[in-house]
Amino acid sequence: MSALLDIQNLHAGVEDTPILNGLSLSIRPGEVHAIMGPNGSGKSTLSYVLAGKDGYNVSQGEMLFNGTSLAYMAPEERAIAGLFLAFQYPLEIPGVTNMTFLKTSLNAIRRGRGEDEMDAASFLRLAREKSRALGMNDDMLKRQLNVGFSGGEKKRNEILQMAMLEPKLAILDETDSGLDIDALKTVADGVNALRAPDRGMLVITHYQRLLDFIKPDVVHVMADGKIVKSGGPELALELEKSGYGEYVGEAVNA
Amino acid sequence: MSEAKASIDKQTVDQVAKFGGEHYKYGFTTEIDVDKIPNGLSEDIIRFISAKKEEPQWLLDWRLDAYERWKTMDEPDWAHVDYPKIDYQDLCYYAAPKSMEDGPKSLDEVDPQLLETYSKLGIPLQEQEVLAGVRKVAVDAVFDSVSVGTTFREELAKDGVIFCSFSEAVKEHPELVKKYLGSVVPKSDNYFAALNSAVFSDGSFCYIPPGVKCPMELSTYFRINEANTGQFERTLVIADKGSYVSYLEGCTAPMRDENQLHAAVVELVALEDAEIKYSTVQNWYPGDENGKGGIYNFVTKRGDCREDRARISWTQVETGSAVTWKYPSCILRGDNSSGEFYSIAISNNMQQVDSGTKMLHLGKNTSSKIISKGISAGRSSNAYRGQVNVHPKAAGARNFTQCDSLLIGDKCAAHTVPYIEAKNLSAVLEHEATTSKISDDQLFFCQQRGLDAEEAVALIVNGFCRDVLQNLPMEFAVEAQKLVGISLEGSVG
Ligand SMILES: Nc1ncnc2c1ncn2[C@@H]1O[C@H](COP(=O)(O)OP(=O)(O)O)[C@@H](O)[C@H]1O
Ligand SMILES: [Mg+2]
Repeated sequence: MSALLDIQNLHAGVEDTPILNGLSLSIRPGEVHAIMGPNGSGKSTLSYVLAGKDGYNVSQGEMLFNGTSLAYMAPEERAIAGLFLAFQYPLEIPGVTNMTFLKTSLNAIRRGRGEDEMDAASFLRLAREKSRALGMNDDMLKRQLNVGFSGGEKKRNEILQMAMLEPKLAILDETDSGLDIDALKTVADGVNALRAPDRGMLVITHYQRLLDFIKPDVVHVMADGKIVKSGGPELALELEKSGYGEYVGEAVNA
Repeated sequence: MSEAKASIDKQTVDQVAKFGGEHYKYGFTTEIDVDKIPNGLSEDIIRFISAKKEEPQWLLDWRLDAYERWKTMDEPDWAHVDYPKIDYQDLCYYAAPKSMEDGPKSLDEVDPQLLETYSKLGIPLQEQEVLAGVRKVAVDAVFDSVSVGTTFREELAKDGVIFCSFSEAVKEHPELVKKYLGSVVPKSDNYFAALNSAVFSDGSFCYIPPGVKCPMELSTYFRINEANTGQFERTLVIADKGSYVSYLEGCTAPMRDENQLHAAVVELVALEDAEIKYSTVQNWYPGDENGKGGIYNFVTKRGDCREDRARISWTQVETGSAVTWKYPSCILRGDNSSGEFYSIAISNNMQQVDSGTKMLHLGKNTSSKIISKGISAGRSSNAYRGQVNVHPKAAGARNFTQCDSLLIGDKCAAHTVPYIEAKNLSAVLEHEATTSKISDDQLFFCQQRGLDAEEAVALIVNGFCRDVLQNLPMEFAVEAQKLVGISLEGSVG
């Protein structure tokens, strides 16, 4: 089967600062990949480059999403094509309720795909169902987007958006950080519920803990802007014991 | 620059390119035979306008007196706006569709071309059966210098509500007009008010009798159509004891390369226990992206809470006009009376806005609230100018002011000029102000969720304006939300 996401020899950075140095990664539909790596290794940068954030420039290499190059697509086009990023630091938008945001987002994506907008009643039903499944009460939907949310609530909210939008590829950037164990389980349940044969996931994390709940098919170690080692779930456990020291050195010396 | 970035920039360029031509959808012109007097301002012109309207002598004298005073006054220059000198002798002060020559007609007789103009603007001038769930709105439609029709008059009359054009009110209710005209905004109040008092041509008049809750929203829709013509309308709303009315005002004009002057006066009078809610969605043509053309909107709006427990609330959404000079104000004369001002002022491209309010606390235990949201984009300039005055006798006065500015891009400017004067020690005055920018991260976040940059800006700005939008009547709120998005088109890139 052809890859859902295929990254070859990606060199990218912010303005003139190179951050990703020849990164290659391939995810097939149905697979969950985890990327682990020390702080500053470029994990968030990778997620921004994939999602098309302004100021993040690709100087070399290729990113194919379902066979189409992402390089020429605006961020919203990538979202419409089914790429979703759960942010490490979700943004606040004062005055815009969670509900309004979800609805605007869902309908923008449906319009972008040439589908009809969802009617108000169906939307409400869906939003309630998905938020309850994530252990969020209905009040959360009426609150202003991420304003005054705790770290855990923000992360949960990202997963709610993912559940509503049902992306083809979900990139989760340190969704586990700042969560207590119960919240971690709920979020992991939410993610696991979305695992599907036609959906791929890229789970970025600093700690092995999350991978106890979301079982990855492949684990990659990232250091200094590239993948330095790949393996099965056992690699995560190994890292937990030995730390990243070895890889950081290797990458620097390479 | 990455290719992704290049493609976004290309999009922005395309959006900006279509911006001048398409985004102002009310920019069309109605080709219609008009009765238009030669340009210029003189006693003769004023006599002509007054005669045209078959006005009584007292009103002509009132106009002439205003004109005499105007001639001695200077155009104000304290506002944070900059525009070339207006040649008042090169303006036309009266233009009316020929079909309206013999005065107001019944709605069935109004020129179909005028009806079509209003239907294109989305303003129903037929009293058609309204859809379930939608409230009825009575409309007075003012086209250049005349009112072309007022809907639901008979139905309103059943409750004793008078709603008609100003010219008709002068004929049919002279005692009310005489009593209240100029009683809130004296004819020499300021330069533009004096000019209006001399040459005003039409406008709306409304009287709500004691104890009546007006059964539907009342509205006036102003349209400037003719080139080189000023619009000087006058609105007078009187809410008698214990009555209630919600009044809406909308405005648009064709896209023209030359600037046009709109100098209106709105007077509100609320008697004991009466309440007036006055909402405006001002969408005059703002000029093109280089600042060519557009309306000069120099308007005096003031409400008088004349008796105890009267309440007046102004809500405005200002998106249009090349230059706006406007300060809807409240005189809190009655004890326990209250005034509110909710404002959204958006400026894009080369627009200039200087707007705000004045709350004058005269009575005891009077309260006022000011919520102002200024949004500047492009190379525009947006100033909030507010004044809260507490008279020595106004014991227990309270004011709360919140003044927020949002900047889009780095070529625009926002100014806040609050002025507070409390001459009574028991006054409690609070003032909060913030300035913020739409961050790239917020935009990216929205785009990652499928919104394009303009939808993202519209969403964020609507959130920023929420407190004010919530105060608009439902029908207006939806329109206003869309308008917020449209008027900021081309502001990101
Ligand atoms: N906007 C930026 N400008 C310059 N350098 C940046 C920027 N963002 C990140 N970096 C640098 O890029 C490297 C990778 O950062 P990041 O992708 O956030 O790492 P991680 O998510 O793995 O912790 C770090 O050295 C960081 O300082
Ligand atoms: Mg990170």
